Amino acid sequence: MATDGTVRPSLAGAEVVSASLARHRFRPLEGLVWLAMLAGYWLWPEYRPLGSQIFIMCLFVLSLDIVVGYAGIVTLGHAAFFGVGAYTAGLTAIHLSNEPFLGLLTAAVAAGLVGILSGLIVLRTTGLTLMMLTLAIVFVLHEAANKLGSVTGGSDGLQGVTVAPILGLWSLDFFGQTAYIYTGAVLFLGWLFARILVGSPFGRSIVGIRENLVRMRAIGSPVRLRLLVVYGISATMAGIAGALLTQTTQFVSLSAITFTRSGEALIMLILGGVGRLYGAFVGAPIYMLMQDALAKYNPVFWTFWIGLMLVLTVMFARNGVLGLVDSVLAWRRRAA
Amino acid sequence: MRRTVLAVALATGVALSATSTLAQTIKVGVINTYSGPQASLGDQIDKGIQLYLKKNEGSLPAGVKIELVRRDDTGPNPEVAIRLAQELIVREKVQFITGVVWTPVAAALAKVVDQAKVPLVLANASAAMLPTLSPWVTRMSLSMWHAGYPLGQWAARNGLGRVYTAVSDYTPGHDSEQAFTKGYVDNGGVIAGSVRMPLQNPDFVPFLQRIKDAKPDAVFAFLPAGRQATAFMKAFGDLGLSSAGIKLIGTGDIVTDEELPNMGQTPLGVITAFHYSAAADRPENKEFVAAWKQEFGPTSTPNYMSVGGWDAMGAIVEAIKAQNGKVTAEKSLELLRNWKNAASPRGPVSIDPSTGDIVQNVYIRRTEMRDGALANIEFETFPQVKDPWKELNKKK
Amino acid sequence: MDQILSALVSILFHGLAYGMILYVISVGLSVTMGLMGFANLAHGVFAMAGGYITVTLMNGFGIHFFLALVTACIVVALASVVLERLLYSRLYTASELDQVLFTIGIIFMASAAARYAWGPLPQRMILPESLSGQVDLGFRTFPTYRTFLIVVSGVIIAALWLGIERTRFGAQLRAAVDNRRMAEAIGINTRRLFTATFAVGSGLAALGGGLGADILAIEPAYALEYLVYFLIVVSVGGLGTVKGPFVAAVLLGVTDTTCKYLIPEFGAFFIFLAMIGLLLWRPTGLFGRA
Repeated sequence: MATDGTVRPSLAGAEVVSASLARHRFRPLEGLVWLAMLAGYWLWPEYRPLGSQIFIMCLFVLSLDIVVGYAGIVTLGHAAFFGVGAYTAGLTAIHLSNEPFLGLLTAAVAAGLVGILSGLIVLRTTGLTLMMLTLAIVFVLHEAANKLGSVTGGSDGLQGVTVAPILGLWSLDFFGQTAYIYTGAVLFLGWLFARILVGSPFGRSIVGIRENLVRMRAIGSPVRLRLLVVYGISATMAGIAGALLTQTTQFVSLSAITFTRSGEALIMLILGGVGRLYGAFVGAPIYMLMQDALAKYNPVFWTFWIGLMLVLTVMFARNGVLGLVDSVLAWRRRAA
Repeated sequence: MRRTVLAVALATGVALSATSTLAQTIKVGVINTYSGPQASLGDQIDKGIQLYLKKNEGSLPAGVKIELVRRDDTGPNPEVAIRLAQELIVREKVQFITGVVWTPVAAALAKVVDQAKVPLVLANASAAMLPTLSPWVTRMSLSMWHAGYPLGQWAARNGLGRVYTAVSDYTPGHDSEQAFTKGYVDNGGVIAGSVRMPLQNPDFVPFLQRIKDAKPDAVFAFLPAGRQATAFMKAFGDLGLSSAGIKLIGTGDIVTDEELPNMGQTPLGVITAFHYSAAADRPENKEFVAAWKQEFGPTSTPNYMSVGGWDAMGAIVEAIKAQNGKVTAEKSLELLRNWKNAASPRGPVSIDPSTGDIVQNVYIRRTEMRDGALANIEFETFPQVKDPWKELNKKK
Repeated sequence: MDQILSALVSILFHGLAYGMILYVISVGLSVTMGLMGFANLAHGVFAMAGGYITVTLMNGFGIHFFLALVTACIVVALASVVLERLLYSRLYTASELDQVLFTIGIIFMASAAARYAWGPLPQRMILPESLSGQVDLGFRTFPTYRTFLIVVSGVIIAALWLGIERTRFGAQLRAAVDNRRMAEAIGINTRRLFTATFAVGSGLAALGGGLGADILAIEPAYALEYLVYFLIVVSVGGLGTVKGPFVAAVLLGVTDTTCKYLIPEFGAFFIFLAMIGLLLWRPTGLFGRA
């Protein structure tokens, strides 16, 4: 592993920047993705609960992409923010009010705060060290949630979470109709925000830091502060994803805040493609649909096939599925 | 309002599918941990379920078949389990759900089955409060208080004056610590000290050294069955606590039947309380163990989870038989809540209709050498124990 | 006073044995990450394989523990050469994220395969007569098995140190870690060096897996279960050294057990807080190069 912790760019720096700028304009293809997600509501009504969980993971992976893909901070600790968001939303619903938007808000604030505070510590480092520090924070928070049984319910999980109807109109039902639309809508807003963020001058300066830290320092960019801000923003998004999970399942357990969840999100991101915003929308569905299908086919040995899929992806599709799409397109352009 | 409409729509859907076919297949959903670090637990339950079905398929009414629909929750992941349950109910139209290793999974599923009105038959999850979460939940395994509380009573009455408790630091551990302490102290025992050991912990030496220094008469231990319990047992032996005159007692989790062969000689003389031992002499158990070994190989041993799976499936099969294959959710639930089996491998068991929880014998056992292998030999019985936690909280 | 001293000796002893096993398994990971820049998260798979082979040879074929250990070490080292040539070597130029994805995939496959072949339960480890019981070291007795662990690990550490500091291979290795291009320029065949190092690292992991099978139980989830511990040892010790992971493993093993003994309520937190503290103090690890 490169100990400097940067993601080795597949393109030269200048090309990255111009390619990203080109990506800044909205393209019709993007609308198609959202139409497909909306159509999924009617096309596969029985898969709505899975759909809403995929959306939640998409949002979580998207938040991870902002730090890993754009800021070059490879972290194993994002589940900490997801978990803080999940527990905050649950505790808000129990002790304060079960209004869903209030839950999202408190979760976002709490996760953002934890993000900034932990960022102050971990962002001093890079590479393996940073990965291990973020990992340690997940473990410490997990253990804290386990120990504070009187508040969090410990390993039995937090009982008694309820959610009021969304906008006072639609209650979260057993068939996952409301959940599908609700999580889809929040994901859409999250994506819109991320899209604007990475295209903004601030977003470009973050990419600049990833590409050449020394030069960014030299031109007077407040590197540490910018990384901290982007880390906090990403943590906030992850917290909202966690809150959505709490609200759609009306339950919180320690599984919200595990190393496994961090790892899975990273797998989904790399699988989809890092640093392109859409990696989340490709990686999370592929991974979760494969898992669902394979586990149904063989509940015991499905992990073997998932593993094989990951190995083959790396062998034949560097930089994830979207990386493969890119190279195929490039090859066709050359052939034409 | 909306919720009831949905429930009615769902119930009629189930009813239609139940009456429209003559040669009927009744689907039973199994939500269980089949992969990941805790897969060995799910494996024991799954084998228990399958074995019962295989042995008793012939007794079903003519034309009625049971199909198991197995799903993997991958560990204590409630959100996965909720999605699977929803899918099992809506898409697969299962009429029973069983399995369930974990308490958080059971607690989350209780909400789902309460809305969908599908009986949930727990084959393992053992936090005391679970059956109180919904009338649609019945439990065929045990409550955390089933083992700890009677053992506390026994220890106090049998000359163990000072006991040190050592449990894993998570909710089941806290529950067992409480259960044991309540039974023990109420009968005059003195707690010499207590320690909670982290769950992610490969080495137990420091905790046992601490206990050794305190020189109690005995250690009460609870750890999740499997690797953890074995590591604890090995450290107990390594530090020479028995030669220092300290006895080891605990819930049956620390000497589960399938783990005993991995533990060396240390478990000799360990005293535990539990509802099932593979070495029990009851004819029903001998038959069960023989069938198990024939099916899964001579080195395979059933444990308490296997019996949980076996009895859960047994209760479901009985409910289907009693309705002659024309299954409705309400009737199934009524039958499950009144289920009795005088011939379970663990002795007579029944469901307490008022709580939905199991009533069963709890045995005090000593780990001894029998036919060249370690075995948990039952020597005293607390007959027909209702979950002590609910009983104690009722009296208040 | 005597009692406290005796308890402390016992704690230190067990912590040492535990740290040593972690070291033997992890040292290969440190070297491959330092030398080849390869994030081999699947390192634990080799330890798991070593454990399974050892246990199977002992229980299934009645082969003696020591012989089984050596066999496991050699078999896994050879198998790792094949893996390295066929798969790993193609990914030396890939991004570290691709390496992570690839090695996680290997872990998933290995766990499922182990489950298929050996079932989900932990493997039975019956120590030979000569290693069970207690050994008298003059001033007090200790469990033989753990004493054996410490001695064997000590020998391995000495051999590694000699190999790296005193042999031609070691000199080449050190040169390649410091500056790979320069090493290649002066005619060192780094490709062969990589393969050999990888094989030694994997073989040691296998040896550690087999040796420690009585402490770290062999089961399908092994490679993922203990990955965090291996990574802690490597990151705290520093990449590309054999000394760093040793100091880290012993330090963490001993202080972790001591802390759990003195303040058990705090037990689960200690190792992670210690890691955070150490890494903030020395971001490249105790012996890592800046």
